[in-house]
Amino acid sequence: MLKTFTLGGVHPEENKFSSHKKIEVLPVPPVVTIPLSQHIGAPAKVLVNKGDRVKIGQVIAESGGFVSANIHSSVSGTVLKVEAFPDSTGYRRMSVQIQSEGDEWVDGVDLSTDLKKDFDFSSEEIIQKIIASGLVGLGGATFPSHVKLSIPQGKKAEYLIVNAVECEPYLTADHSLMLEKGEEIMVGTRIMMKALKVEKAIFGIENNKPDAIELMSRLAEREKGITVVALKVKYPQGGEKQLVQALINREVPSGALPIDVGVVAFNVGSIYAAYQAVQKNKPLIERVVTVTGKSVKNPSNFLTRIGTPVQALIDAVGGLPEDTGKVVNGGPMMGKAISSLDVPVVKGSSGILVIPDTEANRHETENCIRCSKCVSACPMGLEPYLLMSLAEREYFGRMETEKVMDCMECGSCSYTCPSSRPLLDYIRLGKGNVTQIIRARKN
Amino acid sequence: MSNVVLFTIITLSTIGAASAIILYFVAQKFKVFEDPRIDMVEQALPLANCGGCGYAGCRNFAEAVVKSDSFDGLYCPVGGNETMKTLAALLGREAVEQEATVAVVRCSGSPQHRPRTNHYDGAKSCTIAHSLYIGESGCPHGCLGYGECVDACDFDAIYMNPETGLPEVIDDKCTACGACVKACPRNIIELRKKNPKDRKIFVSCINEEKGAVARKNCAVACIGCGKCVKVCPYDAITMEKNLAYIDPVKCRLCRKCVVECPTNAILEIGFPPRKEKPIVTEDSEGSGLNLS
Repeated sequence: MLKTFTLGGVHPEENKFSSHKKIEVLPVPPVVTIPLSQHIGAPAKVLVNKGDRVKIGQVIAESGGFVSANIHSSVSGTVLKVEAFPDSTGYRRMSVQIQSEGDEWVDGVDLSTDLKKDFDFSSEEIIQKIIASGLVGLGGATFPSHVKLSIPQGKKAEYLIVNAVECEPYLTADHSLMLEKGEEIMVGTRIMMKALKVEKAIFGIENNKPDAIELMSRLAEREKGITVVALKVKYPQGGEKQLVQALINREVPSGALPIDVGVVAFNVGSIYAAYQAVQKNKPLIERVVTVTGKSVKNPSNFLTRIGTPVQALIDAVGGLPEDTGKVVNGGPMMGKAISSLDVPVVKGSSGILVIPDTEANRHETENCIRCSKCVSACPMGLEPYLLMSLAEREYFGRMETEKVMDCMECGSCSYTCPSSRPLLDYIRLGKGNVTQIIRARKN
Repeated sequence: MSNVVLFTIITLSTIGAASAIILYFVAQKFKVFEDPRIDMVEQALPLANCGGCGYAGCRNFAEAVVKSDSFDGLYCPVGGNETMKTLAALLGREAVEQEATVAVVRCSGSPQHRPRTNHYDGAKSCTIAHSLYIGESGCPHGCLGYGECVDACDFDAIYMNPETGLPEVIDDKCTACGACVKACPRNIIELRKKNPKDRKIFVSCINEEKGAVARKNCAVACIGCGKCVKVCPYDAITMEKNLAYIDPVKCRLCRKCVVECPTNAILEIGFPPRKEKPIVTEDSEGSGLNLS
């Protein structure tokens, strides 16, 4: 019997069309738009001005605090504008727009594709290199990685968990990365183990990627302390807390972090980026993005420079299909629809999903029939129907006691609701208000 | 048989009498003095319990009024000056007067002026849509049109116009309680001074983007050109963050700015139709002829 998490979960159609496609390198676009806030935490402080010449990998904005990350130029060329550009929500956020000219890299970056296995850095040196590279969690939450690596006093990490679950339907970025860069990921894992001073690392991979499980298991045999565990396919297994429970059967308490049970988890994409940062001195200027959808001609995975407009990715798969109803940034469960294709790819963009017209619209909302399917589906053990009605009535204080802040917005409740109620929309509204209440109480 | 009846009557009467005596003394002991003026004040209020004064309901407001020595910070917007005068007479204080206000929707972005570039499919709530994304048009400040202000109004004074997709205020019903102002996540609704005959002149836009961007989003956006500021003879218009604002107190309703505005972002409401052609058109035509 395969391992999985115990509470809730759903199993949407997988639709992983691009799972056996090679990672293609997307041509460098003529103009990139790089937002200054691509991570959770304080926005980065811009360092360049209009008209400056920049090289690939040059820091164009420095970390604006402990929970923040550096941002590097993903092209070499001239800074066109430093002003607010629409992000994926449409609201304008400060960004740096750079015109690409030539292919000039900053000094010290190893551009060879050779595998560099050995390293002799201390834990602190690794963390410094990761801070310099601007690495954030590439699974989608974009939490600055060095914060996770800096373990608070009095706590000890026992396990490094490598999140290669990729439970979102359609997305295959991590899968293709494992198939092509398995060796590098193993080195990256050893680097992260060194940084965290842990002896054990566990890969969690869902059973719908048998080739990746086989390859990673074979590579792990040679390493000390690294194991690969196949998991039953269930959404949202890629959630940190769910994965910890599935792999080592420890429950992360409400309001706590995985480190409280001795675990630090990283996405497999972040592990690969850490390898690049430490072994090759290459900052985070590109990532693998899956471009997919039922009517997309050629669903594929692309190594994309940060700041590339989504339009370029759509063009690379043969243009927008005629029956497009919605373009989603991310997967179908947690991704958000975008209202313009000029939006740039950011550090957290794991996929671009094109949904056909017939599937793009929600069904009409009906009354709650108290079937409690949402309660069974919630992986955090919450009561979504109750949270929604509390949010509608603006009982935000009560929502806090009902642990709304534990919600990770996986969308299982809305997915499972037979009355098509917008459960997650209202829960998100409640979370926003409860966050304000908590913040006001602290001040 | 008669004994049983008698016995019952006596027992019950004794218990009743004893309880009455006990209750009388208990009531004396634990008597809470409540200012009778609170009831009087409450009865003088509109009793809409709308919360426009900042208190939970009319009773709370009445308590606060009686407790306080003056009317500082206490004003019933629904009852207005009339009610405040009555309260002043009841309590023997000096009445405070406030200018009557009315809610004004500062957005004219109907689909015709502001084309919808996408379709929103989520929960029909302005707050949720606002927190998710920019909205169906490209304007980050414009009305989202899901009617949270309408739901918030206790007086049926605001409704969605199906043609424009924008809320409209019925001035006669509006009590300026401010519920819609609080409900709107984009802060589009403002309480402005009420003029005679419900006449209004205001900048019907709150877009703070630069002119070119604002214009691209919406044909009737304020583009921050500053023409209205120059033409205003009463210094009533200020320009801040690419957005003109007409001070309702300083404005004397001369309507000069209305014709000057190149994007028709300034609205005049409740005025009789103009007799002459707008002066500005004549001027521009005239100068054009002279140049040629």
